[in-house]
Amino acid sequence: MSSSKNNVDYAAFPSKEGHFGRYGGRFVSETLIFALDELEQAFLRLRKDPAFQAEFDRDLAHYVGRPSPLYHAERWSREVGGAQIYLKREDLNHTGAHKVNNTVGQALLAKYMGKKRVIAETGAGQHGVASATVAARLGMSCQVFMGEEDIQRQALNVYRMKLLGAEVVSVKSGSRTLKDAMNEAMRVWVTDVDDTFYIIGTAAGPHPYPMLVRDFQSVIGREARQQCLDSTGKLPDALVACVGGGSNAIGLFHPFLQDEGVEMYGVEAGGHGLATGQHAAPLSDGRPGVLHGNRTYLMQDDNGQISHTHSVSAGLDYPGVGPEHSWLKDIGRAQYVTIDDEEALTAFRKLTLTEGIMPALESSHAVAYAEKLAATMSPEQTIVVNLSGRGDKDIHTVAGIDGIGID
Amino acid sequence: MSRLSSLFTTLAEQGRKALVPYIVAGDPDPRYTVTLMHELVAAGADIIELGIPFSDPMAEGPVIQLAHERALAHNTSLNQALDMVAEFRREDSKTPIVLMGYTNPVERMGYETFARQASDSGVDGLLTVDMPPEEAAEISALMKAVGLDNIFLLAPTSSEQRIAKVSALATGYLYCVSLKGVTGAGHLDVDSVRAQLALIKKHSTLPVTVGFGIKDGASAAALAPLCEGVVVGSALVDRFANWDHEADAAPQIAQAVALIKEIREAVDGAPTN
Repeated sequence: MSSSKNNVDYAAFPSKEGHFGRYGGRFVSETLIFALDELEQAFLRLRKDPAFQAEFDRDLAHYVGRPSPLYHAERWSREVGGAQIYLKREDLNHTGAHKVNNTVGQALLAKYMGKKRVIAETGAGQHGVASATVAARLGMSCQVFMGEEDIQRQALNVYRMKLLGAEVVSVKSGSRTLKDAMNEAMRVWVTDVDDTFYIIGTAAGPHPYPMLVRDFQSVIGREARQQCLDSTGKLPDALVACVGGGSNAIGLFHPFLQDEGVEMYGVEAGGHGLATGQHAAPLSDGRPGVLHGNRTYLMQDDNGQISHTHSVSAGLDYPGVGPEHSWLKDIGRAQYVTIDDEEALTAFRKLTLTEGIMPALESSHAVAYAEKLAATMSPEQTIVVNLSGRGDKDIHTVAGIDGIGID
Repeated sequence: MSRLSSLFTTLAEQGRKALVPYIVAGDPDPRYTVTLMHELVAAGADIIELGIPFSDPMAEGPVIQLAHERALAHNTSLNQALDMVAEFRREDSKTPIVLMGYTNPVERMGYETFARQASDSGVDGLLTVDMPPEEAAEISALMKAVGLDNIFLLAPTSSEQRIAKVSALATGYLYCVSLKGVTGAGHLDVDSVRAQLALIKKHSTLPVTVGFGIKDGASAAALAPLCEGVVVGSALVDRFANWDHEADAAPQIAQAVALIKEIREAVDGAPTN
């Protein structure tokens, strides 16, 4: 593995200025600098505060339902005929995805910082639901920004957010998807910066967000690492996770970075195929640039305009990616691959029929790649797949593709 | 001495304030931009801030977002903006031009290429909204080497320590954001701007322009005595919002010119501090 050659102390990243190598940083307008400074100081103080940590752990255990199981998908593994595949069941979390680990953590930060209102952006709606959920629990007002196009694709989650008392704001600018929702959330934050906490849903954005989202999500990898040792007596040979912004992937990967023998695969959305340009795979087919407060790989044209993206899964439909992934790609510690829409849909059906587990379309990308990878490995080897969310929210999409109306 | 420095020296000697209109290159249509720039100068503009269209203008309110979208609909990007400046320079060698935009188009072109081409085109400075001094060391050095000014924002939330830090890297002038919010917001508070400018003046001798929230002669006249210049963006750009693609834009340009004339008179008539 390249990690031994690099001899990197992964815990030392990001740097004090928020950089992962040349990536990350803090590219925002001046008005937000003080808010980011304030957040960074609060986070650095509270993560060492036993009372804060105890409350976070308690919430994860009794509200989210952690630890999530590590499930040996025996029937599926047998059918594939290669490595043993284990699923890290983030789909079983309260609200149905890994997103809630982060929103519980950030809402707790908001509470300790005395903020009364939270705002969030959302693509598929999972992060919006997870934000509305924690806001309801803490009695905070919550505004969720969502692209007009995503609101149509994810009507069920929009209604869930409303039931939870959140206001869903339709974003009609630009491409009307996740990136524009994030632009709008930033605009609102800059206006109400004194009393508003912005809960960013992925391990991207200006420093300290990539660091703090990673730290809150790392509970996934810490648990998986211990569960692997407990059930197989050894570390896994490979980790597989889907990558949109990349928070479920970095949460799984990070606690294993120092383990040289563990290979890591981040699976990007290949959409209609890399060759068509209609995809959401900046690490596989993009170039470094600056968007939403950080330097990272982006889908962009020769003039530096951000490209429209496509994926069957709204949660991966984003032109950027968390800066730590850009860095892990460049230093060779993790590999980034793609799975297209069709392969993801096939994997969605396959896992549902074989194991009785219906994965989110985002997670289906990881499932599809794991199957390919497992087939090249031996039965003594193990793969951990992050099953980052459940597929209930996608039933309309899948039914639509099948030509079935279920309204 | 740079065009910007000599302009502010001259204005100070005359006891006048800089009037700085902001337009987006290629809005409402690329064929009008250079004409509009000349007309704005004729109407009393001292500096022109030329916006570089970007797909994700995070700091802009709805009016300027739409201007970026109109410009992008005609594929106007950084390269075209530089060409427009070069064309403008054939007839006007005096009025400073500051490019205002976001990091990514500049980074895509490459900092070194940008600095060289901007300088060759006759650009005087760059204000990158989403590049605070912490991330700007590399481009600042390259710009300095070719004599381009690097303009930075200061906000109502900037601490004294930050004001000192930003001032140390800035050249040309400082751009003071008058309010917490996006461009075109409506809640300008002259007293808080006065307090903010007092802090800035404590740490910097650079000229300071104030922008965000200046929409007419009255708001410009209220702020002008406190600083060295006022920036008018959304109110000006909004004149192009209802332009019909088929029609000639002359009426919209005339409205823009009228606004700048109104603000020029108001600023010149405002009492000195």
